Order: sequence, then C-alpha cells, then structure tokens
Amino acid sequence: MKDFLNSWGISLMVFLPLVGALAMLVVPKAKEQFHKVVALAASLVVGFIGILLMTNFDYDASGRLQFVIDKAWIPIINSRYIVGIDGISLPMIALTLLIVPLCIIYSWNHFPEPKNPKAFLILILILETGMLGTFVSQDLILFFVFFEVVLLPMYFMIGVWGGEKRQYASLKFFLYTLFGSALMIVAFLALYFLSDPIEVGGQLMHSFDMRILPELATGISTGAALFIFGGMFMGFGIKVPMFPFHTWLPDAHTQAPTVGSVILAAVLLKLGTYGFIRIAIPILPGAAEKWAPFIGLLAVIGIIYGALCCLAQTDMKRLIAFSSVSHMGFVMLGIATLTTFGFQAAIFGMVAHGLITGMLFFVAGSTKDRYHTLDISRLGGMLKSMPHMGWILGFAVMASLGLPGLAGFWGEFPAILSAYNPGLGLNVAFFRVLMVIAAVGTVLAASYLLWMYQRVGFGVPTKEYEDDPHLHDVTFTEWLAWTPILVLIVVLGFMPNIIFKVTDGAVERTIAIVNGLGG
Amino acid sequence: MFNMIDKVWIIPALMASSFLVILFFGKRWGTRATAGIGIAAVSICLLLSVIVAGNWISRVNHPPTGAALAADVLQANGLTPQTGENIAGEVNAVTHDSGETVATDSHASMSEATTSEASASEHGAEHESVPPVVRTVTWFQIGGMEFEMGTLVDGLAAMMLITVCIISLLVHIYSTEYLHGDVRFTHYYAFLSLFTASMLFYVLSSNTLQMLVGWELVGVCSFGLIGHWWEEKKNTDAALKAFLTNRVGDIGLILGVIITFFAAGGTSFNVLHINEYALSHSANTTLLLVGALCLFGGVTSKSGQFPLHTWLPDAMAGPTPVSALIHAATMVVAGVYLIARLYGVFFSGLAIGSSTFHYVAFIGGFTTIIGGLLAFVQTDLKKVLAYSTISQLGYMVMALGVGAWTAGVFHLFTHAFFKACLFLGAGSVSHACHHTFDMREMGGLRKKMPITHATFLIATLALAGIFPLAGFWSKDEILAGASSGQQNAYTIMLIFGLITALLTAAYMGRAYWLTFWGDYRGHAKPHESPKVITVPLMILAGCAVLFGFTNFPGNFFGIHLPGGVTTRFEHFVEPTFAFPPLQHAEFTPWLAVVSTILAASGLFLAYQYYEKNRGPHGLTSRNKVALAGYTFLENKYYLDDLYTGVVAGSTKGPLARAANWFNQNILDGIINGIGLGARKIAAVVYVFADQLIIDGAVNGSGQGSEGAGQLLRKIQTGKVQQYASILFAGAVVLAGVLVFVV
Amino acid sequence: MFLNQFLLLAAILFCIGVYGVLARKNGVLVLMSIELILNAVNINLVAFGAYWNATDNTNVSGQVFALFVIAVAAAEVGVGLALVLLIYRNRQSIDIDDVDMLKG
Repeated sequence: MKDFLNSWGISLMVFLPLVGALAMLVVPKAKEQFHKVVALAASLVVGFIGILLMTNFDYDASGRLQFVIDKAWIPIINSRYIVGIDGISLPMIALTLLIVPLCIIYSWNHFPEPKNPKAFLILILILETGMLGTFVSQDLILFFVFFEVVLLPMYFMIGVWGGEKRQYASLKFFLYTLFGSALMIVAFLALYFLSDPIEVGGQLMHSFDMRILPELATGISTGAALFIFGGMFMGFGIKVPMFPFHTWLPDAHTQAPTVGSVILAAVLLKLGTYGFIRIAIPILPGAAEKWAPFIGLLAVIGIIYGALCCLAQTDMKRLIAFSSVSHMGFVMLGIATLTTFGFQAAIFGMVAHGLITGMLFFVAGSTKDRYHTLDISRLGGMLKSMPHMGWILGFAVMASLGLPGLAGFWGEFPAILSAYNPGLGLNVAFFRVLMVIAAVGTVLAASYLLWMYQRVGFGVPTKEYEDDPHLHDVTFTEWLAWTPILVLIVVLGFMPNIIFKVTDGAVERTIAIVNGLGG
Repeated sequence: MFNMIDKVWIIPALMASSFLVILFFGKRWGTRATAGIGIAAVSICLLLSVIVAGNWISRVNHPPTGAALAADVLQANGLTPQTGENIAGEVNAVTHDSGETVATDSHASMSEATTSEASASEHGAEHESVPPVVRTVTWFQIGGMEFEMGTLVDGLAAMMLITVCIISLLVHIYSTEYLHGDVRFTHYYAFLSLFTASMLFYVLSSNTLQMLVGWELVGVCSFGLIGHWWEEKKNTDAALKAFLTNRVGDIGLILGVIITFFAAGGTSFNVLHINEYALSHSANTTLLLVGALCLFGGVTSKSGQFPLHTWLPDAMAGPTPVSALIHAATMVVAGVYLIARLYGVFFSGLAIGSSTFHYVAFIGGFTTIIGGLLAFVQTDLKKVLAYSTISQLGYMVMALGVGAWTAGVFHLFTHAFFKACLFLGAGSVSHACHHTFDMREMGGLRKKMPITHATFLIATLALAGIFPLAGFWSKDEILAGASSGQQNAYTIMLIFGLITALLTAAYMGRAYWLTFWGDYRGHAKPHESPKVITVPLMILAGCAVLFGFTNFPGNFFGIHLPGGVTTRFEHFVEPTFAFPPLQHAEFTPWLAVVSTILAASGLFLAYQYYEKNRGPHGLTSRNKVALAGYTFLENKYYLDDLYTGVVAGSTKGPLARAANWFNQNILDGIINGIGLGARKIAAVVYVFADQLIIDGAVNGSGQGSEGAGQLLRKIQTGKVQQYASILFAGAVVLAGVLVFVV
Repeated sequence: MFLNQFLLLAAILFCIGVYGVLARKNGVLVLMSIELILNAVNINLVAFGAYWNATDNTNVSGQVFALFVIAVAAAEVGVGLALVLLIYRNRQSIDIDDVDMLKG
C-alpha cells in the first residue's frame, strides 16, 4: 500500500478528475444523472486517495516532502515532473479535496442557467486537477502549467453560467490573471537562467526544481533578484488578490455562479498566497526581505480598504467579495513578517478563509436562489422566514469576523501577533504600526459583517417577500454540503493544532531557509 | 471531599454540552425540558464549584510542601510536570530550586516595596506562597513551541466560579417565568448555557489567549441576548452597538495580549508566567506600561469604563434576567477580572505601588462619577441600574488602580449579588406592570408587591453602602484603600469615591421612591410575581445581607474577632503567588462613618426631593446653568452622538463611500482605462501602423512598380529599329566605358 | 601580315550593316544588313585567327568561330525570312515600321 502510494498516489489523485471528465465527455449530455454521479464519484474517489495519502503521511517529518515522484518530463530544458506533499501543501490539498465534492453536491439540484450539468461538472473536475496539481508541483514549469490550467475552466464558468455582466467579469478575470502569469513566467525563466547550473547526466544544465532552487539561486545579484521577485509578486499578488490589484475579484465573484464563487474564494485565491510561501520567499529570501515592508503595507491597506469598501456595498455577494480582500490582507501580513508565527497564521488563515468565505458564498447563493436578488436593502428578516439559514448565516458571519473559538480567529490573531516581531532585518517599528492598523481592521470587519447581518438576518421580512412561497428553509442537499464546513469551522476553532501541527515542521524549514540564506 | 480542582474543566464543559443539547434537541423536547436541562446543568456546576472552592480553602489551609509544591510551581509556570519514579528525584531537585527562587524573589521585592519592615515580615508569615492549581494540555504548536490551554484555579477563580454559578442558576430559574411563552425560549436558554460556559471558561483560563477566547465568546452571547427580540431595529441596534464598542476595546486587548506575550519572552501566554515576569526586577516597565494601557482598552469597553461605557445602557434592550446576569453581575466584570488576574502587569506597568495618580485609577474614579450623574436623569428603571452598574464598575477599577486589590475584587463579589437582585427586582416590577420600565408609570408598588419591594429595598441599601449590608463593607474597603494607598494616598480617588457614595445613595433613593412609593401612575394591575421570581430575589437579597461579612475587618471599631473569622475573603481569594506585595489598608473608622453619613444623607435628600417634594423643584426651567447641565446629562455627554454620528457615521458613510468610489472609479477606472486605452491604442495601431504603413508599403510597392511600368512603356514602341538603336547606343556607351574608363 | 586592312574592311562592313538595320524599312533588307554585320565579325575572327596562327599554328579557334557564325547566321536568316513571309502574308507588307504589335 505504502509503496503504491509512494509511486502513484499523487499522480492518481491529481489526474483522476481528468479521467472522470474524459468519461463524461463521451456520454451525451442528456444523461444528466450519469454525469452527476460520475462527477461526484470521481471527486469522492480522489478525496479517498487524498485521505489515504494523509493517513500515510509522516506527521513527525512534515517538513520533508513525501510521496515524491520525480520523472523526466521536458529533458531539453531540464524541466521534470516532480510532485510531492509536505506540511504546507497538505492543508491546501485537504481543503481542495473537501470543497470540490461539496460543490458538486450543492449543485446537484440547482444548476445555474443555462443548466448543462455535463459541461459544468467537467469544468469543475478540470479545476480540481489544476488546483491539486498546483499544490503538489515541485517544478516551476509544472507549477505554471497547473496554475494556468485553473484559469480556463473558471473563465468559462463565469462567462457561461454567470450573471448579467458575466462577459465583462470573466474577461477581466482572465486578462488580469493572465497578465500576472505572464510576468510570473518571465520571472521563472529569469530565475532559471540566472541560477547556478547543476550537472545532469554529465552535462551542466539549469534547473526548475523548486526543491534545490533556494540553493542555486544564491548567486543571483540583488538587483536581478528584486526584479524576479517583482515578477512573481505580480503573478501571485494578482491572484491573492492584493490591493491595488484586487478589482477583478468583486466583479468575478458577483457574476460567478455560486459554486464558482465558492471555489474561487476557497481555493483559487490561495494559489497566490501559496506561491509566495512555496516559491517566491524561500527561493529569493534576500529580495523577499526588501519587498516585505512593501507587501506588509499593501496587505494592511487591503485590510482597511477592503473593509471600508464592504461598508459601502449594497449587494450581499459583492460585500462578501470585498471581505475577501480584507481577509487575505491578514494572510499577506502574516507572510510579510517572514516569521514562523506569520507563516503559520497565513496557512491557517488560508484554510479558515476558504471554509468561512466559501460558506458565506454558499449562503449568498442560496439566498439569491430564493429571493432572486442580493440587494441588501430588499432583504431582511431571514431569521424569521428561514430560521436555519439565518442562523447559519449568523454563524458564518461570526466566524468571518474572527471570533475566537472559531476558525477565523487563528488566521487573524497570530498574523497580528507576528507583526510585533518581524523576522530577518525588517523594520520593527514599521511593522508594529502595521500591527495596530491591522487590529483596527478587526473592528471594521465586525462592523460591516454585523451591519450586513442586521439588515439581512434581523428584522422582519420586507413587504415584497412577506409571504413568498419560494422562501423555503435549508434543503437536504444544502445541509449535506454545508454541515462538513460548519463542523470544521468549530473544530478548527477549538483545536487549531489540527493544522498548526501539520504545518509547523514545513514552515520551520522554510523559515530556516529564509534565515539561513537571507539573514 | 474529592478533589475537583484537577478536573475543573468539567464545569465549563458541562455547560457547553448543555448548550449543544438545548441547541439540537431543545425545540423537539419542549420548553420545560429545555429549561430543565439548563437548570440541571447549572446546578451541577454550582455544586462542583462549591467543591472546588472547598478544595481551594483546604489547599490554603494546608499548603502543599516539598515535591508537591515544586511540581505545582512548575506547572503554574506553564511547564509540564514529568511523572515517573526514575526522574522524580531529578525533578524534585530542579523544581525545589525554582520554587525557592520564586519565594525569595517575591520576598525580596516585598520588603523593598513596603515601607515598614515589620509589616512585610508579618505579611510574609501570614501568606505562605500557595501556587494556583494549573492543569494544561497542548493547544497548538508554532515554531516548535507548544502553547497550552488549561485551567487555573486559585481563590479568585473559585470565587468567580461560585458567583457566576449562583447568579446563573437563579437567572435560569427566574427566566422560566419571565420568558414564559416567549417565541425564542429555546434559543434564549441555549444562549444562557453558552454564556455560562464561556464565562466559566474565561474565569478558569490559564493563559491570556484563552482569556481572549472566553472574552469574545461572552461578547457574542451578550450580542445574541441583547438582540433577543431582533424583530425590532432598536434592539438589534443596541446589540450591534454593544458588540462593536466591545470590538473597539478588543483592539486594546489583542494588542495587550501580544505585547505582554512578547514582553515576557515570547514563549508563553501563561498568566502566571507573565505576572512573574512583570514583577521581576528585569521587567521592561515601559513595555509593561504600554501593555497595561492596551489591556485597559479592553477593560474600558467590556467593563463599561469612560469613554466606552455607552453600550451598556443600550444593552438593556435585552431581556431583564440577561441584564442581571450578563450586564450587571458577570460579563461586565470580565474587565475587572482581567485586571485582577494580570495584576502584576498593571502593578508594575502603572507603578501602582509608588504613584498617587495614574490613568487606570483615574478612569475608574471618573467613571463612577459620570455614571452616577447619568443615573439621575433616567426615567427607565433599568437604565438607572445600568448607569449604576457603570458607576460601580468604575469603583472596582478604581480600587484595583489604587492597589486595593482585595477591596476591588470583594466589591465585584458583593456587587454581583445585590445588583443582580436589583435587576431581577426591576424585572419583577415590569413583569407586573405590562413590561414597562418607565418609572413615570410606576409608583406605590410597595403594597402590591411586598416581596419584590423588600428585596429591592435591601439591595438598594446594600448598593448605597448602609451598614451592615454587603455594599458597606466592600465600598468601605475601597475608600480605605484609596486613602492609604500603597506608599502614598490616592487623594483624588478618595474624593471621587466619597462623591459617588453620596450620588449612589441619592439616585438609588430616587429610583426606589419613584417605583415603590407614592401613588400608582400606570394602567396595569400590578400584582406580586410568582414564587419562581420571588425566591431568587429572596436568595439574592440574603446574599446581599450576608456576603459582606466574608471580609469582616480585623479591627472593627475596636471589636477584635478571632483571626479565623476576619478577612476570610482576603485570606482565601488574594493570590500569594506571582502577585505584587500589597499593603492592606486597615479598617478606617472615620471613613466608614463619613461614607455612611454621606450615603444616608443621599437617601434622605432623595426622600425629601422625590417623596416629600421638597427642595428646588423646577430648577432646570429657571436656571440656565442647571438646564444646560441637565441637557448635557440627558444627551449622555454627547458621547453617543460622537460615536454613532461622527465615528460610525463617517466610517459607514463618507469614508466607506469614498473607498468604494475610489475602488469603482479610480482603481477600476484604471483597469477599465487600461482596457479602453488598449482598445484605443489598438485602433490607432490598426489605422496607422497596419493600414497605413504596412499595408501602405505593400500597396505602395505595387503602385510604384505600376508607375515605373507606365514610364517604361513609353520606351516600348514595338519598333524593332528603335530597340536596335538603343541597343547600339548602349553598346557604344559600353564600348566607350571599356575603352576610355577601364 | 597587316591586320589593319581587315579590321578596317570589317568596320566599314559593320557600319554599313548597322545603317541598314537601323534605317531601312524593308524587312528583307534589315535581314541582309544583319548578315553584313555578322560577316564583318567573321572577317575579324578570321583575321585575328590568321594573325595568331602565325605564332602558334595549332590555334585555329578564330576560323572555327567563323564557321559557327556562318552556320548560325544561315539558321537565323532562315527563321527571319520565315517571319518576314508570315508578316507579309498577314499584313501584305514587310515594312517593319508597321509591325509594332508589341507596343506597350
């Protein structure tokens, strides 16, 4: 079993969704039930493989890459098929494996217009492959390929199943991210050519291997490193998204179908932050140190700015989208401190934000299904017309505002804490100022979320919806899709060690690389 | 008695499970079962708490020695005690050392800080160092460091456990009648359970991070219960106000937790560890000052200190039993508890031992007065009590600020009971009077509700500080503490305290007479409440009478009771481990007399003014200054306008809109501009570069060759001889070149 | 042996030929003038051939060239006369001024 997992586990997990998609491709789209079952089965089997991998994962050595597969891929440029899992990627993979089946379950009975479950589910499966692939890749080119694979299905999902302004939103999303990717690949190539070559089969060649690049990249001059980091910063920063590159996000979220929003918020945004932790910072710690104050500043601006924008929104989904900008600001602040606390906070924050904001988007989607609007001023009294949904929304709101005892807190608090004592030679006073501003952001987070909840959940239903028969409470499929998330939010809130322990080894190793080479 | 002190986590866990059961099954099982579950759970908790307190008392009476003490010290410092025979000896040696260091350390600082050598040694002898019982498990791990969560039991925690459990139990019972038939009976009880669980979790916390968790959880319960009747916007506004105001304070708390964490070495959130650091000689007092002030930010909001007290009166929108439990007796004292718990930080940071004036004491003293003044202009009985709570919380904070730790905590303890009694009494009154709290619609209820009246009177007298009720003893201790201070007297605080003694008696007198005397002015038919309501009132009134004696002074007007009876509260509750060496103020007869006279005259004045209608009535309509003052008070010092109108309004309104405008027009404008610009550029490129230059070049080459052809066709005449002539001419030229040039 | 007389003769013949080609209207006469030009060249070739043969009697390339030219000229005249004949048949004229079908 262990041998099989070692040699095949990850590849199987990454590409099984594609197999499912292929199987669905050859069956006519009229057979909807077949497609639903196959898609769910594929995602569940993938999840099962993931669970197998996780149970066989050596948690005491979470800093080490495990289940590594290293095969030749494009020999001419020495790009290899290297995949592996360590403590940093494991939570992300787990999150992806959880969210995708839940999304499929959620859409079971209400596919957005224009229906066509076949195409919709195939896109979700392709997305899953892309996301998982990104999290396991240990080769820059492979990483890039998976990173881009994610882009297209999401483009189609927004562009086909989206709201009224879907054309605009999907194009904006696509071009924006592509722009970042272009700079990123340039940065990758620069890294490739400027790093020290290694001997491969008696021949000196450059390498895309993320495992050894931190060592190989030490010879890069400071100036070049700054530019390379800048390229990656654009690529990852747009995906996160960091202020001021966030403007694609509200539009994409507002227009995307519910499931698209959930996947976008839960996993896609994390590709950016993951890239920082996995690639940009360990490979170029010197440049990271120079960029960190700037990143920290943008992160904190994002926290306050996103919160202020939230306060001005009239559309519930758009509000949640802006809250993502604010929350991802905490994640980036943690990363910018270059400390174990900060990185741990960032990873926890990524998972927590994935669950909580995913949950909020689920509820927003279901709200839209029932009310056919998300205009906050027209909603109201959800607790009265749909008590369960109202309480779930309230719970998600509380989790989102970083209530201690729920998952959101563990992304926020350690991030603020880490800014007190930033790593390397970062300016302590500057980061402490950032810390205070970030702490103010928690108040704003509470205010926009509670104001929203006051207008949506509390009160009595407006005249328009007083006796609307469409307002039925949470359905069976919704319970099925939501319960795991709700439970996880509580469990992670009370037992944060579930994640902290897994990531600790890997984060410590990363920070050691940063300190050892950049200090 | 079996040892509960190790397994004290069961108490909050029990309440938490009660919450879960009610949440998931409450609706199905009905209201009786719901209330039953809640009451049963709290009763068991109360029982267990009493056992814990008993355990603690026996621990103080028979302090652990040797290896047991050493292990406890280790554990208290957040280190895991190792068990096992083979290493026991080793641990013993190590721990003994550290235990001794602690003891000598505190001894040394004690003799330094105290002026009188004799009293220092006396204290040292009286208080053997009894370490709290700390039991921890790993909570999370970051950077290889393990952070623990656990329970810390000492006298303070045990006292809080009992207080919370008693009042929670009574409120649970009381609510079965008060909320009978309420639409959200189940939710109400679920929240009560969750609140009790969170509050118990909070008081048992062994580290600051855990305290933060409990702190926020009680805040959420408060939010949910204030907004219990959320159909009305007024109530949800109040709930939001409470939560958001507390969040503002929480910035301070979060930063304070962070600063103290890093100040104490950045390895542990353990409160004892932090306290010990703060009291050590190497402590960075500047950092501690900042940390203490930040923490005090949290206290300011949670415990309703000026200027963040404004949420507390609004919080009265919740059901009255909730106001009694949360917004009078327990949650709002969380801030006071925080100061008491992290007293080392406040003591060193603010130099409580040596100063005569500092921020915390001043804010406490100031709050007592502004709260007391505001209580005069309220017509809503609950609001009077709310402002009174603010005022009394100020008293406690002031006490802690002047170094009278025991007095402050003692006041917390006594206040909880008589204030809960007052709130529940007010609830009983409103229950009888068609759910109104407007005192203008009451009056003359003395006859109609004798039990409520009697208990309310007792609690009023206790609050006013009339001998021999509970309030008298605790208030007197605070005044004595302020007058003697540590090294210097806190004179300003003493004056604040005395003024408040007068104010408290007067406004409580006003409320009492308006409610229970005179003629009934309402439209309902008031009647005495059922037993479920009156019995808790009687119990609380009993507490208000008796609990003051728990800290009977050693020398009361020359009465010397045996040592085993006097100052028991101080003996058992005041920590002796990781705690600053405090001077204990002796009972001061002249202060007791003065404050009692002030209280009595306050009551008398209120009686004369409101009952007998004597004194300068209508002053506000005749005197501009009085009117201005009244308006100023009626508008609550305009703080609400400042917060709601200016701060929240500007954030929600212009600021948020500006940010959104910036996002939509500037940032998005830039992006859209880039898009549009790209299209414009593309158009330009198409027209000029593509169409004109590139295509032009292609077309131009065609046209050029055509033109050249047109020119050349002139030569092509078709006449052979002409061609031949050109040929020959060419040949001649070539020949010429060949001959002459080459 | 003097070369000049031959060269002079050839030059005269060449000039007459050129004149004939450029000035005469009659197609046949033009053809004949071309023959004159060619024969002027032949004279030159033979003359130079003989001149070089005096020192190196194995070199007869001049004469050989002359023979080639005669043969080619015969063929050329043949084709030329045939063209003239066809032109005459189509246009009833052999005035080459009339033949300007290739005019651009």
